[in-house]
Amino acid sequence: MDLFHVQFAAADLLVIAPEMVLTGFALLILLMSVFIRTEQRSFLGYTAVVGALAALASLYWGIGTETSAFGNMVRIDPLSFFFKMMIAIICLLTVLVSLGYAKREGIDFGEYYVLVLFATVGMMLMASAANLLIIFLGLEVMSISIYILAGIMRDDTRSVEAAFKYFLLGAFASAFLLYGIALVYAATGTLDLAGMSRVLTEKSWISGLPLLIIGAALLIVGFGFKIALVPFHMWTPDVYEGAPTSITAFMATGVKAAGFAAFVRVFFSALPALQPYLKEIMWILAVATMTVGNIIALSQSNIKRMLAYSSIAHAGYILVAFTAGNELGIASILFYLLAYVFMNIGAFTVVILLGKKGKENTLISDYAGIGYHHPLLAIAMAIFMFSLAGIPPTAGFMAKFYVFSAAVKANYYWLAIIGVLNSAVAAYYYLRVLVYIYFREPERNLAIGGFSPAAVLAIIISVWGVLNMGILPSAFLALARQSIKFLL
Amino acid sequence: MNLVGLPILTVVTFFPLAGAIMLLLLPRAKEELIKRVALIISLVEFGISLPLFIWFDGGGAGMQFTERVPWIADWGVSYSIGIDGISLLLVLLTTFLTVLCILSSWRAVDRLVKEYMIAFLILETGMIGVLVSLDLILFYVFWEVTLIPMYLIIGVWGGQRRIYAALKFFLYTMAGSVLMLVAIIALYFLNGKATGEYTFDLLKLYQAGLPVQTQYLMFAAFALAFAIKVPMFPFHTWLPDAHVEAPTAGSVILAGILLKLGTYGFIRFAIPLFPVAAFKAVPIISILALIGIIYGALVSMMQVDLKKLVAFSSVSHLGFVMLGMFAFNVQGVEGSVYQMLNHGVSTGALFLLVGMVYERRHTRLIADFGGLSRVMPIFATFFMIVTLSSIALPGTNGFVGEFLILLGTFKANPVYGILGATGVILAAAYMLWMFQRVMFGAITHEENRRLKDLNTREIVTLIPIVVMIVWMGVFPKFFFKKMDLSVQHFLYDVKTRYEAAMTPPGAVQGGTSPATVEAPGSKPDTKIGVKE
Repeated sequence: MDLFHVQFAAADLLVIAPEMVLTGFALLILLMSVFIRTEQRSFLGYTAVVGALAALASLYWGIGTETSAFGNMVRIDPLSFFFKMMIAIICLLTVLVSLGYAKREGIDFGEYYVLVLFATVGMMLMASAANLLIIFLGLEVMSISIYILAGIMRDDTRSVEAAFKYFLLGAFASAFLLYGIALVYAATGTLDLAGMSRVLTEKSWISGLPLLIIGAALLIVGFGFKIALVPFHMWTPDVYEGAPTSITAFMATGVKAAGFAAFVRVFFSALPALQPYLKEIMWILAVATMTVGNIIALSQSNIKRMLAYSSIAHAGYILVAFTAGNELGIASILFYLLAYVFMNIGAFTVVILLGKKGKENTLISDYAGIGYHHPLLAIAMAIFMFSLAGIPPTAGFMAKFYVFSAAVKANYYWLAIIGVLNSAVAAYYYLRVLVYIYFREPERNLAIGGFSPAAVLAIIISVWGVLNMGILPSAFLALARQSIKFLL
Repeated sequence: MNLVGLPILTVVTFFPLAGAIMLLLLPRAKEELIKRVALIISLVEFGISLPLFIWFDGGGAGMQFTERVPWIADWGVSYSIGIDGISLLLVLLTTFLTVLCILSSWRAVDRLVKEYMIAFLILETGMIGVLVSLDLILFYVFWEVTLIPMYLIIGVWGGQRRIYAALKFFLYTMAGSVLMLVAIIALYFLNGKATGEYTFDLLKLYQAGLPVQTQYLMFAAFALAFAIKVPMFPFHTWLPDAHVEAPTAGSVILAGILLKLGTYGFIRFAIPLFPVAAFKAVPIISILALIGIIYGALVSMMQVDLKKLVAFSSVSHLGFVMLGMFAFNVQGVEGSVYQMLNHGVSTGALFLLVGMVYERRHTRLIADFGGLSRVMPIFATFFMIVTLSSIALPGTNGFVGEFLILLGTFKANPVYGILGATGVILAAAYMLWMFQRVMFGAITHEENRRLKDLNTREIVTLIPIVVMIVWMGVFPKFFFKKMDLSVQHFLYDVKTRYEAAMTPPGAVQGGTSPATVEAPGSKPDTKIGVKE
């Protein structure tokens, strides 16, 4: 099998330039952390920021190209470019947020940043994979880094519990995914995504259909776990609550983006022939994910748990677009994810800034009267909450608008109706945060420490993103449409 | 079109927002300055909205002052705005009432003054935006944007149960409007498939000519959103809570404008987009409106709280608006539009008056008052005038509106007319009874003897309203001449399209619908378009 005789040219390296840049910076930080003195550890974080920026810059070589490398193992095309850009932005925002937070919580050692960068490499690999094995490889690189990151506050039992839970269930999910890959390989005789779609269109593969469908179902389980679809979502609230908040933000956005990148790639590029068989399953998953996520979120009193359930619900909205499966649907998956990155990282950053060492203030009731003490932070939080709830003129509204449009266009009227009713239900728990922030008298001053300027910068970027995508969405949607053109 | 080389409608829409941003830059501590600047902004806004009225050509039935810029071009979404005679009057009502609201908040709002004023100005932009939008997405965005400041106004500056009321207000409206969003999207695709032109342009979508079955569903989605906002019975339960808990100015703007957005939604969106469904819905809407009229009046009569009484009277008054609109004749619709303005003026004034007495006495219970006319004669005089306007005494604005509505309803369906007329009698009963208990009789509570009469600021707030009440009652022509053609055109357009849709299957109709086509007065202008 030519899997083991991979030939590559120097030009192939440009295809994975961001991955290489990130790996290089991660190794550099690893090296620095050995020599650097404890009081100078901030430099590790700064180096990571530079690394994230460099990765973003190195995407330059990917603009407008469509080529594969390393014997068709990875490819750069508009779709992977879009996702890699999104992942680089996520990495940058996460690192920015971490500068102050990691220091405050005493986890600012080198490994923290190294693992964030490695996880990013894994996510990017998933986004650019052209072969099922690379998807698996990327998934594992990402997952293992995040298992450790989730438990990096090792004196905190909740953090350790989160890591352990995530690891155990994640290992199961990986096994499902691997099994799915094996069955798909058995049915089609190839691991190459492009080759797979060729096989499925060319020869009469109908004999292998049951095997292929079971394989695809197992893939859905594997991906479904990573992007927290109901009923594979059980780990989400505990892990999101226990993990360090900066890592929660990273997981909620990065893992989801990478998971959807691979999901979209596999199902729309390699297995479009299975579409008719999977529609019903997707429909049910979408409805279950939206509804369960929103309904359980209603009763949460901890903001991290609430955002965890809300992230489940948002995965459900994205699945609506996935089910629609038309051009608009796939484009709106990308649009939605980007909008979600800004509003979700923004919200988690506000959560971080409202806590202090040893007192995280993650109960929603802790936020009583924040609007009086920290008006600007409160306005930012209000913008993120309105965006998550899908109220114009924010990115969240436009994202939902596109997603439901895609569903209506594909004649999934009921799916759209269930979706919008869900977002009406969801408005309640997002507004409840604002009820505490603005309507309740402050019970006590939170006495939070100074704001880290980098985190403030992350909030400013997020607010800009949310408002820009909400008021002038054209350019972003055009980019998303451009990115998926070649799929169709 | 613009007359002075200036996109005047955009300026009118966004000037309050610009003002809000300006307020943001003022130091928080200087409350007096903030109040003054906010007042000046609202006055200037009222000032720049007046040219709309002056320059508006009453001889044109189409949209005027139109502006159109692509917004989300590949989706056919555009920033498209314009007004006809109906929206013109409502825009003016908005700018007029906002000034009074800011004046009335002078003492009532004692904390977070800056945020309060900012919320109010953003709300003004949102409301005007809804009234001028000619693009469905633009409309939906403004529609939802109005929710946020109102939610905050109720929730931050409201009374005891403000949180409950604010959430209820938001969620009710949101639940109604999300279904409308699905209908908007569906309309977009259905029209696109049929005509090949994918657009959210309202005037083009009027011509969509959907199949009747589809129209029913879509009309239902739109009507639900608007019926919650109006609010029509049985969707009215959020209204008393919101009104009672909102600060005075919030109640004024809620009753004065926000509810009108619901009725306006029917006249601008739900009916002309789906004329067949609208005509078929006449019995349902009319009966719900009648229930609203009578039920609202009866419940008002039983209230012990002044503000709640006024709130339920709104349910009754808005019932009249809906009844007249669905009579589908010139008298009914013109009366309906006029009644929207009347209700804004007189119910707004009632809330202001209740607020003024509440500021002095910190109670709104009718039983706590009595004999106020002796202690506060100026207050009692104003209250009397507004009460008479509210019960539609001839010579006041209320009479013109209700008379036309009932005239139109009698023409369309005498039974509805008779039932509707009982609402007028009931209104007189609950208002006058309330007036008597508050104003006359012996002073039963010692505290009431020390109440101060209205101060200059309060009198200045109320005088414009009294002027409007009399002016609109005595010279209705002044306002009607701006909207006559718009209303006639609306009816002509809706009926023609209804008949066109109904002709192919032959005479299925039993003759219950008033389907006689009345051509508008000036034929040449019946085509929708820009009137120079």
